[in-house]
Amino acid sequence: MKTAPIEFEPSKPSAPRRLHPVPVRIMHWINALAIFIMIGSGWKIYNDDILFSFLRFPDAIVIGKWAQYGLQWHFFGMWIFVLNGIAYLCYGIVSGRFWQKLFPISPREVFVTVGEALRFRLRHDDLTHYNAVQKVLYLGVMAVGVLIVISGLALWKPVQFSELANLFGSFQNIRLVHFLCMTAIVAFIVVHVTLALLVPRSFLAMITGGPALDESLEEAPSAAPTVAEIGTIPEIKIVPETSH
Amino acid sequence: MTIRPRTPSLFRPRKPIDQSVLTENRKLVDDINRRGLLRGAVSLGALTMLTGCDVSEIDSVQKALRAVSSWNDGVQNAIFRPSHLAPTFSPSQVMKPPRFNAYYPIEDVKPVDGASWTLELAGRIEDKRRWRAQDVYALPEQEIIIRHVCVEGWDYIGQWSGPNLREFLQRVGADLTAKYVYFICADDYTESIDMPTALHPQTVLATKYAGEIIGDPFGYPLRLRTSTKLGYKNAKWIKAIEVTNDFRETYWSERGFNWYAGI
Repeated sequence: MKTAPIEFEPSKPSAPRRLHPVPVRIMHWINALAIFIMIGSGWKIYNDDILFSFLRFPDAIVIGKWAQYGLQWHFFGMWIFVLNGIAYLCYGIVSGRFWQKLFPISPREVFVTVGEALRFRLRHDDLTHYNAVQKVLYLGVMAVGVLIVISGLALWKPVQFSELANLFGSFQNIRLVHFLCMTAIVAFIVVHVTLALLVPRSFLAMITGGPALDESLEEAPSAAPTVAEIGTIPEIKIVPETSH
Repeated sequence: MTIRPRTPSLFRPRKPIDQSVLTENRKLVDDINRRGLLRGAVSLGALTMLTGCDVSEIDSVQKALRAVSSWNDGVQNAIFRPSHLAPTFSPSQVMKPPRFNAYYPIEDVKPVDGASWTLELAGRIEDKRRWRAQDVYALPEQEIIIRHVCVEGWDYIGQWSGPNLREFLQRVGADLTAKYVYFICADDYTESIDMPTALHPQTVLATKYAGEIIGDPFGYPLRLRTSTKLGYKNAKWIKAIEVTNDFRETYWSERGFNWYAGI
């Protein structure tokens, strides 16, 4: 694997840094595809031995006509989801993006933003700044993503990874945790997609990159900043939008 | 957005194409496009439903999915821990009777006559003499109380006993460096396992369940029970065992289920 950093020719002026850099956009859409495969095929697998008597997923919305197809898709999609997920987490940590975008979270701001959201008064004029609810949701769905992989691993290999599987208590508990993680991700997707469609600019930003960020203020820290540094990170300023 | 100057081309007309026709009929064009798109979307959906078509069944897609499944066989083989024991349980947790599973319903089970049954041995085995039921049943027994995990998602605790497969293979002079142990069953079911799994301490040729001779639906007179594979790998009503280096598809792997099926 090549590890040399990508070098830009010095003669060309580099493209402005945008809200969503190219790697983020690529990984976002790969993840969207992987999640689609994993959920659709997971529903097919679930149907073979349901956990709740009231819930069976209609054939029209599952992936795979037969059980083996559902399984094939699931154990294919898992590689995309896991490898892409690891790449995303590494990128987010190393580039400093997580620290910039998702921290700090003040409990007071969460409270205020939830209130605004419930009164449909959520402000979204500045796409580059995530509100407290966004921060909590993005961090939360990442945590769920990690847990769904861990529970999936325990489900796939309850004997080889019996130390891990034992933490869940019983085999059916692992299934339940895996299922509840899926439910949380589906709930996240419903909110995420609804909001993205209500504010089309935010949806387009994941394709075009969104507003350019002021270069001088975007000196991304290469390592996690200390608590003191977080407090002094300047507000991100937007330069006049140059796209669309 | 700044528009990049077009690259000069010999084939590009000097004057821009006259757009007046399009401008005049803009409304009509849009309308046709939208209707066409809608109709296209609906009929594509209808086609999928009518044929019951599944993208997984397209040849190239199915080939790719099975290639990934084979790759997963290798990954599972690589992470297999040959002497790591599966969790075991107490007799009070054992489910009686065990849960039935096969590729047909329990009513269709054709019981095997133990008196006339013999076990055939084939392949890389020195002593290929046939075994009668009473001889197999006279071998030293090992008891394991382990979890049965079905690919469908259900599980139960079962108490199995019978000769340890590794000891049996050694007794008949099998080549323990061969790759696979292949089972042929009285109901024409076939199954095979990799040698490391066959040699695992919790792999037995089960003759008893919960201390009593296995019932007809559960594989009498002889079945495989290993702690490291999904339920369907545990062949029932075994009538022949072959030790071989040749990989052959089995009943379920042929139908697209994962061959290794490790847990």
